[in-house]
Amino acid sequence: MQQNDGMTLIVKTVTRISVWMILLYGIYIIFHGHLSPGGGFAGGVIIALALLNVLLAFGRKFTSEWLNISFLHDLESASATLFLVIGILGISLGGAFLANFMNKGELFALLSAGTILTLNIFIGIKVGMSLFLVVWVLAGSKIVKGE
Amino acid sequence: MILPYYIIIPLLAAFLISLIAGKKDNWAVILSVIATTALLVLSLFSFISMKDETVTYSMSAWSLPYGIVLVQDALTSFILVMVSIISFTSLIFSIQYIRHLSMDWKYYSLFMLLVTGMNGVIITGDFFNLYVFMEIALFSAFALVAYGSRAEEFEAAFKYAVMGSVSSFLILAGIAVTYSATSTLTMAKVAEVLPTNDQKVIFWIGALFMAGFGLKAAAMPFHAWLPDAHSSAPAPISSMLSGVLIKALGIYVLIRIFYNVFNAPEIFTKIFLVLGTISIIIGVFLAIGQWDMKRLLAYHSISQIGYILLGMGIATPLGILGAVFHLFNHAIFKSLLFYNAGSVEMALGTRDLRKMGNLMKILPTTSQTSLIASLSISGIPPFNGFFSKLIIIIAALQAGLPWYAVFAIIGSLLTLASFMKVQRYGFKGETTVESVENKVGWRMNTAMIILAVLCIATSLMVVPGIQEVTLDPVVKVIADKTEYIQLVLGGMNGN
Repeated sequence: MQQNDGMTLIVKTVTRISVWMILLYGIYIIFHGHLSPGGGFAGGVIIALALLNVLLAFGRKFTSEWLNISFLHDLESASATLFLVIGILGISLGGAFLANFMNKGELFALLSAGTILTLNIFIGIKVGMSLFLVVWVLAGSKIVKGE
Repeated sequence: MILPYYIIIPLLAAFLISLIAGKKDNWAVILSVIATTALLVLSLFSFISMKDETVTYSMSAWSLPYGIVLVQDALTSFILVMVSIISFTSLIFSIQYIRHLSMDWKYYSLFMLLVTGMNGVIITGDFFNLYVFMEIALFSAFALVAYGSRAEEFEAAFKYAVMGSVSSFLILAGIAVTYSATSTLTMAKVAEVLPTNDQKVIFWIGALFMAGFGLKAAAMPFHAWLPDAHSSAPAPISSMLSGVLIKALGIYVLIRIFYNVFNAPEIFTKIFLVLGTISIIIGVFLAIGQWDMKRLLAYHSISQIGYILLGMGIATPLGILGAVFHLFNHAIFKSLLFYNAGSVEMALGTRDLRKMGNLMKILPTTSQTSLIASLSISGIPPFNGFFSKLIIIIAALQAGLPWYAVFAIIGSLLTLASFMKVQRYGFKGETTVESVENKVGWRMNTAMIILAVLCIATSLMVVPGIQEVTLDPVVKVIADKTEYIQLVLGGMNGN
């Protein structure tokens, strides 16, 4: 790891611990989308913030080694596609686009509410990766003065 | 039920392109051609088979007070056919044109998202759903306008983004007021509940929607973003924006809201009349002075949108017929003109009419199709533009609005003048151009020939037997006004 890249050692050390907690919180929000406030979008934003923390603290070079950016890109497209696939499965199994076709389970249990939990997970991945990649691309572009 | 597939097919294509076409450009082309062909077949099939019935579809199998409903009636199918034709030909035109700019799958992915947004706006029966799809279409349009990555394109895209956001804000405010007044967002339910409210609520909502969707349609006082955005975008995108986007997001929604939901209050049809006439006259005056070919065409879009608004404002069945017919015709000839401008720009590297010339020899297909399109837009008899303008003018006279008819005729004459300028200076200009920078390939020529044939073929839609199966069901949907409520809600009870 490059010591002179990114922010100071204090920030890096704190980030090294906090990034996992933020990620875990994001995953918690996604998985409890059908039970409590939050859901795929909010959790996805938190996941993106965790990754952005690394980008800010350690710099672009380290982040590109730590994360496989093209894999994140594939993950983003794949999650959107899988969302649609579940929607289409709803047509064949549930009678309408995005209709529920899974077991609804017990009320207020973690694994309940049919397809909503699955859809929330895909939304979470999609939103998290999209927001992170948007900032990644913006951070990589150079400011050209003139014209 | 094929209704959700209008949204699923392009959306799936967009994400599959970004998933598997990241490394191979050809896959992007193949996938998007398959998707647009499928949409074209679907929309033509449903337009022919449905005639004047109304089909509804509950998303997620939630019934009406809770869920989102998709509605397909004759008007919907008609606009869907228009969008599909233009997006299909634009895509064919893009294959070569975009490679000449850059080899990129992102273009196709954004293109499919643009189609998703428009199809969604057209087919939805829910206000907020409409807003979401509108944003999908708009954001992909902003990105596509800036696709060439030059300074002027970024400026145009930024201007478009600012104006688009202002209009989206107005629309969102309108939706919020609607929701607070009626406690529902389904268009048919809103139409049912709204008359029990204070009349002032309708004026307030109507004013917000008129400004918001008027900005999207680029009617005259709201037009400032259009010439920049439409002339800076790549040619196939200009034709998508000018040909269908301003109609799907602007005119179609205005028709749906003010006729089917608000029951066409007289004050708003008057506003349509006035805005339409101002757009016709000022748009054409601004156009005639331009030397940049695409900018000239962009100003003409404002003027032609004016004709559609004028037809809607007359509010008699004949006026509506003219408006609907002109809507379709304008999509075809304006897209064709933008393809012509694009192929000239690619061949000569300029859009300045004064630097063109000798094009009959170098680009025979382009100049011949542009002649057809110019004659159509100026309203010369055998071509489609003549019939729709004639119907609008006759409708204005029958409705006792002779001055509006006079303005429409003046606008048409000035249109003819400005396209004589295009032909005289551009295609038969004196500058002798011997060689071309890039050859115009067969795909671009095919796209232009398809639309040129349609320019003549669609004038057959006024032939009585054909008019009854094509235009009349569409006019019936609009002219029946709030009959829409029974058609949608009655259909729901059957499910």
